[in-house]
Amino acid sequence: MAALTPTVLPDAGTPAARPGRPRRVRVWRGVVLLVAALYFLTPLLTSFVFTVNDPARGFTLDAYLEIFSAEGFVQSLLLSLGLAVATIVVVLALTLPAMLAVRLSAPRLRPVMEVVCTLPLVVPPITFVAGISTVLRWGPDYLATTPFYQTIIAVQNPAFPAVLVIAYVVLALPFVYRALDAGLGAMDVRTLVEAARNCGASWPHVMLRVIIPNLRTGLASASFLTLALVLGEYTVARLLGYQPFPVWIVTISGSNAAMSVAVSIFSLLFAWLLLLILSTAGNRQRSGS
Amino acid sequence: MAETHSAAPAGLPLNTKVREGGSRPRSKGWTGALPLLVFVGLAFGIPTVALLGGAFTADGAPSTANLTASLKGAYLTALLGSVKLSAVVAVAGAVVGTFLAQAVVTSRFRALREAVLTASGVLANFGGVPLAFAWTATLGNSGVLTRQLNLGDHGWNLYSFWGLALVYLYFSVPLMVLVVVPALDGLRPQWREAAQNNGASAWQFWRYVGIPVLTPSLLGGVVLLFGGAFAAYATAAAMVGTVVPLVTLQIADALTGNVLIGHENVALALSLDMIVVAGLVMAVYLPLQRRSARWLR
Repeated sequence: MAALTPTVLPDAGTPAARPGRPRRVRVWRGVVLLVAALYFLTPLLTSFVFTVNDPARGFTLDAYLEIFSAEGFVQSLLLSLGLAVATIVVVLALTLPAMLAVRLSAPRLRPVMEVVCTLPLVVPPITFVAGISTVLRWGPDYLATTPFYQTIIAVQNPAFPAVLVIAYVVLALPFVYRALDAGLGAMDVRTLVEAARNCGASWPHVMLRVIIPNLRTGLASASFLTLALVLGEYTVARLLGYQPFPVWIVTISGSNAAMSVAVSIFSLLFAWLLLLILSTAGNRQRSGS
Repeated sequence: MAETHSAAPAGLPLNTKVREGGSRPRSKGWTGALPLLVFVGLAFGIPTVALLGGAFTADGAPSTANLTASLKGAYLTALLGSVKLSAVVAVAGAVVGTFLAQAVVTSRFRALREAVLTASGVLANFGGVPLAFAWTATLGNSGVLTRQLNLGDHGWNLYSFWGLALVYLYFSVPLMVLVVVPALDGLRPQWREAAQNNGASAWQFWRYVGIPVLTPSLLGGVVLLFGGAFAAYATAAAMVGTVVPLVTLQIADALTGNVLIGHENVALALSLDMIVVAGLVMAVYLPLQRRSARWLR
């Protein structure tokens, strides 16, 4: 019965519904897109207006011109960039061999790798910092007489806090893992490696001449994501008492609101540029292969 | 590479012997993965042990006093506030994100789809300090829109629960779009045609075919949004200070001794509460993801 009635109904129903439905759908879709566009574009445009519009003097570009002479700007930016470079080097040096090993010869380790590389997503960064700061406080309390004390002091060197690099490597693991996994999945690692080894290439040679050139896109996206993460990271740095770029922005916001917003816009545009390059590179690779 | 050998003094001699024997792959496998595992074990394991140890230690003796304290008074309010905010953001973000994704997926304009997806990829990562300042400049007490439209007189306050929810949606909705677009793409047109041929209305199609197929992805998205909003600290700290009670802000205050000295261990207990909540939520997510993967091939 259920099969019978419809065969009759559509004849009467469809011609009436056809012209009606698309238009209703289009109106609904237009409203959704319009509201979304308003919601997502307004803060960007108004914050730009905020930086160039001084209530007392009208239009001014001072907020942008003052950035470079502001105290701490260069220092904090350099610190952030240095941390980013160190993090990228360490995270790639750790992850790439591990992922190759899992693909080539220890597939049983794969679940372990997946858990290890997802954990940082599950554990909120702030709880991670809480743990780290506890460990760092152990230093003077329990370890003052042991060699570990020197390590704990060295890791907290204010000029280049290695403890931040350690934390950022952990935080970046999920992103790097996924980027490299996608990259390795797109090439036939085993055949390439075996062919190179059969031709007498050493392992370092295989890595430098075979794996890394083939993995360019994956490595680039892993590096970009890590760079964006480190340049925008606030929680860990703030709670451990260091002043890289994002912490500096908050520090100056008290005295110069317009400039802090101007710097925010800059850092945002920079992050977007990175991510846009990334996504277009990813698209090109996908359409190419 | 050098760390590999120093990190595995016990395992190495054995491995080299095996290597001569010919089964090289297995030994190489272990040594390659070892640095990462050792690193994570140390960098992640030691703080975790410290956190657990601290959370269960009060006045130098093992006790659960910190945990009880972390579930009382202002701390409990903060924890519940965080859960409530994250739940509101997760559900609202999921609904809005799904509608936006559907609008994009059904659109005939390829360029629109590409633009929205790229923008979502960018905006989903746009949390933290810049987001807080962009919104402060827009709708804060001296924000452009607040002054232009005199929103202050109408009782508008960005530094409140709903203000924070509005801001969190800025990175939650794009994340939902990214999660749900593949799922919506997986809804085959044939299913819709089959439903129509059998006389189903649009509502019946969604009620009996669309929503059930999408449910795992939608719930997975809700969980992801919840996790993101729950863990967010930078945005809230840069925007509201401590006006809105949130567990991340409480942990930060207790850790840095902002309000009361000597509450570090309560901060650790609060962190443990957070991990438990986040873990429970994730435990819902993983099986769901496996289920949705079955349909979306």
